[in-house]
Amino acid sequence: MKRQILISVLIAVGINHLSAEPPHGPGLGHAISPEEIAAWDISVFPDGEGLPKGEGNVKDGKALYKNKCIACHGENGLGTATGDQLAGAQMGLTSEYPEKTIGSYWPYATTVFDVVRRSMPMTAPGSLNDNEVYAVTAYLLFLNNLIGEDDVMDAVTLPKVKMPNEDGFINVYEEETSK
Amino acid sequence: MTNGRKSGLSLQEHQVAGNGLLDRRLFLKKGLQFGAISTIASSTALAATNSETKIKSAHPPWMHVPGKPFSTYGMPSSFEGNVVRFPTQNEAVPGNGVSWTPLHLMEGTITPNGLHYERHHNGVPQIDPKKHRLLIHGLVKQDLTFSIDDLLRYPMHSKICFIECGGNSNAGWNKQPSQSEAGYFNGLASCSEWTGVPLSVLLGEVGLRKKAKWLVAEGADAFAMQMSIPIEKALDDAFLALYQNGERIRPENGYPLRLIVPGWEGVLNVKWLRRLKVTNRPVMARNETSRYTELQPSGKARMFTFPIEAKSLITSPSAHMVLKEPSLYQITGLAWTGRGKISKVEVSADGGETWAEAELQEPVLDRAFTRFRLPWHWNGKPAVLKSRAIDETGYVQPERTELVKQRGRHGFFHYNAITNWHVDSDGFVSHVYDKNENETTDSDISIDSGWD
Repeated sequence: MKRQILISVLIAVGINHLSAEPPHGPGLGHAISPEEIAAWDISVFPDGEGLPKGEGNVKDGKALYKNKCIACHGENGLGTATGDQLAGAQMGLTSEYPEKTIGSYWPYATTVFDVVRRSMPMTAPGSLNDNEVYAVTAYLLFLNNLIGEDDVMDAVTLPKVKMPNEDGFINVYEEETSK
Repeated sequence: MTNGRKSGLSLQEHQVAGNGLLDRRLFLKKGLQFGAISTIASSTALAATNSETKIKSAHPPWMHVPGKPFSTYGMPSSFEGNVVRFPTQNEAVPGNGVSWTPLHLMEGTITPNGLHYERHHNGVPQIDPKKHRLLIHGLVKQDLTFSIDDLLRYPMHSKICFIECGGNSNAGWNKQPSQSEAGYFNGLASCSEWTGVPLSVLLGEVGLRKKAKWLVAEGADAFAMQMSIPIEKALDDAFLALYQNGERIRPENGYPLRLIVPGWEGVLNVKWLRRLKVTNRPVMARNETSRYTELQPSGKARMFTFPIEAKSLITSPSAHMVLKEPSLYQITGLAWTGRGKISKVEVSADGGETWAEAELQEPVLDRAFTRFRLPWHWNGKPAVLKSRAIDETGYVQPERTELVKQRGRHGFFHYNAITNWHVDSDGFVSHVYDKNENETTDSDISIDSGWD
């Protein structure tokens, strides 16, 4: 009897999905349009997927930084008691007091855009438009000597910025699960 | 003399390890006898004061007036006002920081909702559940949104599990031992019964595409917290919690919807969950690259360190407590592991020379707080108490020396070493490192930085 039920269940699942899939619930989800999803989705990946249109330069970024970021992150991104140091690392990662800045530690330039757009400034997150986020990103990369003063950041140039510590990470999960 | 003597017990007979550690079954076996002694003492006192006024005064005022009426939502006794979380926040951004669970003032294994630790990156959003939706999209056959009312209609399951912040106990990386109370530097860990919808059910409904390997989870807070989680975990035992210890989740713990990934570091248990993007790779968010990664002495950093390794902590006696007199005491504490069940907790009262197995409170649950207890006779001389957890994978909680040797001092996250409590001859308890740790004492510079 039990086996019969199991077989019927398997057949039912098979008819619905033609392959083994996780169990179904009552199916109460609502469809959503691609346009609406695009408005929700602000995730930016290292290869540039998710980067919006627009562009920003170092000069504009510097002005924005002085206005919106400097209170916490300090002059030239050197950090304060309340905000991360973002640039100007003097001490290397193997030193007694390592400094983990965008230039010395962060593996991907796209992460700067992503976190500035979604989380910054802390007092008014989401208040910068995409051009402004590109500009602030450009200025921070410039402060870390990762781009030139005249470089412009956009969806094409940003993912190409070479980050010195890109290979500085050990993927512990991958190591464990590939054993 | 000591309680042990009064009870007629021969302590030596029950000693199982050095410096007064006694058989873990002692309280269970002899509990009645200890109880009888204290009852006899108080009835003698009553007998000697047997007059009418004395009887009246023997009955406290609250036995002579009606008590307070019923309440719609109960609160702790006003005499327990010290049992509170301890917030440590960013001065410029008060919603960025942590609040520590007072583990040293608590018993059992369940954390009351008002005492569950907090870690927020930009405050606690006040979310109207009618206006909250969950979007699941990306490498799926059908993108779908769910309202909270929708989710409340799904079949649910419950799991009692701990959540521990990856940065818990990180004062341990400092060269000088923290002298905060035990919970106020180890209490970014709490344990609740969480109830909600298995994520596998919802992923089944959207239908995963073949390339689906990761989920990017996003919260509806002002930080728009974002973390990547492997799809294997999502399909295995992750769930979307709506309830915490029987009531709807508190705002500070993710109301109305929290992702629970049992046993994995706290930051992955995304609060105020609003979006799950199914992808073929991690998004490399700020909090999985520049933070929540552990810089090693080699200059390389560990990344995606998901499961919490086994850890234990003696919660009593612990720092700032005072043992009044040489006597029989109960050593008690918590152990937990993100890799299954705790199989054993060992306790030492002689700084690690000898160890005795503690009693584990049943039931011992998978990836939940496990309470341990052991009777101890303190002889009035200085002693160093330690506990070490062993989990069902055979992993043994390391000594601090060992952990620092492996990981250096700049990992910031995933500190799970053994904690030592030193009891001095006045009974005062403080936090010490092992003598052989030979740390320089010329520097008071703390761990890399705070909770930005």
